[in-house]
Amino acid sequence: MALDEKIPEGPLEQKWTKHKNNIRLVNPANKRLIDVIVIGTGLAGGSASASLAEMGYNVKAFCFQDSPRRAHSIAAQGGINAAKNYQNDGDSVYRLFYDTIKGGDYRSREANVYRLAEVSTNIIDQCVAQGVPFARDYGGLLDNRSFGGVQVSRTFYAKGQTGQQLLLGAYSAMSRQISKGKIEMFSRHEMLDMVIVDGKARGIITRNLVTGEIDRHSAHAVVLCSGGYGNVFYLSTNAMGSNATAAWKAHKRGAYMANPCYTQIHPTCIPVSGDYQSKLTLMSESLRNDGRIWVPKTKEHAKAVQAGELKPTAIKEEDRDYYLERRYPSFGNLVPRDVASRAAKERCDAGYGVNKTGNAVFLDFSSAIVRYGKVEANTKGLDSNDEALVQKLGKDVVAAKYGNLFQMYEKITDDNPYETPMKIFPAVHYTMGGLWVDYNLMTTVPGCFACGEANFSDHGANRLGASALMQGLADGYFVLPYTVGDFLASDIRTGPISTDSPEFEAAEKEVKERLSAFVNNPGTKPVDHYHRQLGKIMWEYCGMAREGEGLKKAIVMIQELREDFYKNVRVPGKEDEFNPELEKASRVADFLELGELMCKDALDRNESCGGHFREEMQTEEGEALRDDKNYRYVSAWEWFENPTDAKLHAIELTFDNVELKTRSYK
Amino acid sequence: MKLTLKVWRQNGPKEKGKIATYQVDDISEDMSFLEMMDVLNNELIEKGEDPVAFDHDCREGICGACSMFINGEAHGPGRGITTCQLHMRSFNDGDTIYIEPWRAAAFPIIKDLVVNRSAFDRIIQSGGFISVNTSGNTLDANAIPIPKSDADAAFDAATCIGCGACVATCKNSSAMLFTSAKISQLSLLPQGKPEAKERVVNMVKQMDLEGFGNCTNTGACAVECPKGISLENVARMNREFLLASTTKS
Repeated sequence: MALDEKIPEGPLEQKWTKHKNNIRLVNPANKRLIDVIVIGTGLAGGSASASLAEMGYNVKAFCFQDSPRRAHSIAAQGGINAAKNYQNDGDSVYRLFYDTIKGGDYRSREANVYRLAEVSTNIIDQCVAQGVPFARDYGGLLDNRSFGGVQVSRTFYAKGQTGQQLLLGAYSAMSRQISKGKIEMFSRHEMLDMVIVDGKARGIITRNLVTGEIDRHSAHAVVLCSGGYGNVFYLSTNAMGSNATAAWKAHKRGAYMANPCYTQIHPTCIPVSGDYQSKLTLMSESLRNDGRIWVPKTKEHAKAVQAGELKPTAIKEEDRDYYLERRYPSFGNLVPRDVASRAAKERCDAGYGVNKTGNAVFLDFSSAIVRYGKVEANTKGLDSNDEALVQKLGKDVVAAKYGNLFQMYEKITDDNPYETPMKIFPAVHYTMGGLWVDYNLMTTVPGCFACGEANFSDHGANRLGASALMQGLADGYFVLPYTVGDFLASDIRTGPISTDSPEFEAAEKEVKERLSAFVNNPGTKPVDHYHRQLGKIMWEYCGMAREGEGLKKAIVMIQELREDFYKNVRVPGKEDEFNPELEKASRVADFLELGELMCKDALDRNESCGGHFREEMQTEEGEALRDDKNYRYVSAWEWFENPTDAKLHAIELTFDNVELKTRSYK
Repeated sequence: MKLTLKVWRQNGPKEKGKIATYQVDDISEDMSFLEMMDVLNNELIEKGEDPVAFDHDCREGICGACSMFINGEAHGPGRGITTCQLHMRSFNDGDTIYIEPWRAAAFPIIKDLVVNRSAFDRIIQSGGFISVNTSGNTLDANAIPIPKSDADAAFDAATCIGCGACVATCKNSSAMLFTSAKISQLSLLPQGKPEAKERVVNMVKQMDLEGFGNCTNTGACAVECPKGISLENVARMNREFLLASTTKS
């Protein structure tokens, strides 16, 4: 099948406006006759549900959490980008577009990224109108900070809880529509299959997670806002329940999966401390505004630190290696995430790590504390040479900016980051890959749309910090509500979709059989056992660095693990009751297929780009070596029976507005 | 370390519950409380027993899902943390730990430690929003300057994670801290003022309908709140409520 990307004609900066003027509309009376299913209530799903309901569609929203307010967007810390240029530092829509394309290592679609940059400014206006309490300066105007990979301050924030505040904004907009009856909310429900009738996505099969009931839900369109698949690695910054099931079921029903190997490893997370660990905690990228990353210059010092015999504060300035500042003088500690993560790995692999496992680097705030303390002392007319006073004032400033992050760090590690540097290490955080979508955010299954982290379109091979929140809300508030109309305009006379058709019946039967196979399996090992094993394989062979032979080995290992899983997994309890182990089993079954496809995709892509680093493809200095001649394409995978048979559709990327360059942050 | 766990087990909302006793060994003090529960559950599964059901998701203290009443305290010992941020270093080898669900008539038990907190959602649906459509055609975000002190106070109130520790802690099972946090956030901001009166009346009404108790100003909720939501919010809500009920809108 040839894929139509539906990118509008005309100059880049006019595409979206023209497209909005040309797409078909559904009149208000007809909107009342149309049902839309939205899966997920994070920034993308919450904003999409609220907007669609306001426009007049009948929305059925689903989330597996006990409340739509708990979707994992809530955990996003640092901020949201927007090309407002409030700081007068030369920012513009074009610059945000350019930074995003470059940050994504030239593997995203120009038209989508430009649209994202264009609507970014509306997001901030909208959120302020909803009562989102962004940080403000003393003049009462909005404050900004910087994130990695850019040289302007365009990130809006609410302390270290920006995601929470934006999500609660979307949740409140949703709540308003729920109270009006325009959104029917199904909490503690999980989508377990998508139903296709006459070639269109017309419904889903869900499991009520409290009663175990399997239900059929029909609609004229299905919008997947189900997030990313980082939990395929078991350990990630995702929530425990974050899963790929909705997207994966859509994939198995015909939606192509694009660039699954593009995963983001976030440089600043709290390192793994033991085998029992269930998740990793992010320390916001905003900390790199003020924190300096370093390891000891000598191995002797590194060893002594690892053994706990030398305190980092006792290492002299000249014996520290601020390796990001050394390697990338123009961006320093604010290089993009992929670059910062690889640089940390390089130092740790070389033996300079700073905790007992050797897999950690320092993130140090001592110079920021002094810098801020002096400014405060001067402003207040106090003695800026009084060290104790400067320390105190500086710590207050740092606490005001990052207090909750410092507290979170201290609770987990029992270390006080005001007194001693944080120890951090990269961890899986976000997946740039996802369901392939056209310019209208529709997948290859007509009527099935994907928004937010669940789609692949905007971040290329690496996402810049503070851009996930921007994309989720852009898709849900301002893009999908328009583009979905173009598809639904054909459905104004369709009438309600029946759930009695053979397609619904067959899908329901399959779901029930799958679940009962799990609970009746005479196995012995808990689901977590398999999830952990899968995570280890993925991290080892398809993590920060990948290599051809390793990926081939990983594919075989995953196939074997999958076989063992179906033979030996034990799922206690029954299908028709509250059964968290059964939920996990069904999600891990999908991860076991997706993991293989990720390795397959990584093996196909014989180049290094963004978060995808093939060890065979690097420059002498250890930087990613892209191959634009052979790999300037989006890999869209079509499903056949099992991941081993997945078929690749290479969709060429064209760049009419930016010149393809070697990404440099030096 | 070795621990004795006394865990509330209850099969459903109508079933009778009881405390069950379990032993766990080899618990590291670097584990989070929920990771300790994972260890218990995997042992139960391997023995063919029913694992303990509990709500959890982000495991970093922000989603508000986790909700355990540990040794008589919501989210256990320690201040400013949720259950998932509690670490085993807060306990000693040989300790006996009591683990119970949130107990409140408005939070019926689903299973074991899992309760139904949808009453909170309905309180928000009754008015915890600003009635603006998501068209993007609003004023420029900087059109109305907001004094930093107001913005900061609104933010502090807005950090509520909706976990329900306040209700579980309160001897009256009152939801006033939760409800007042949202009312405060919106009434402190100029964008929330036009609907302020209607909002407070509707939200308080819904809160009462759900069966939450009243506030007797003990302040235990604010002490146990993982996000440090201040009791001032309750006072602000009461003022707003009084104003709304005694003046015409």
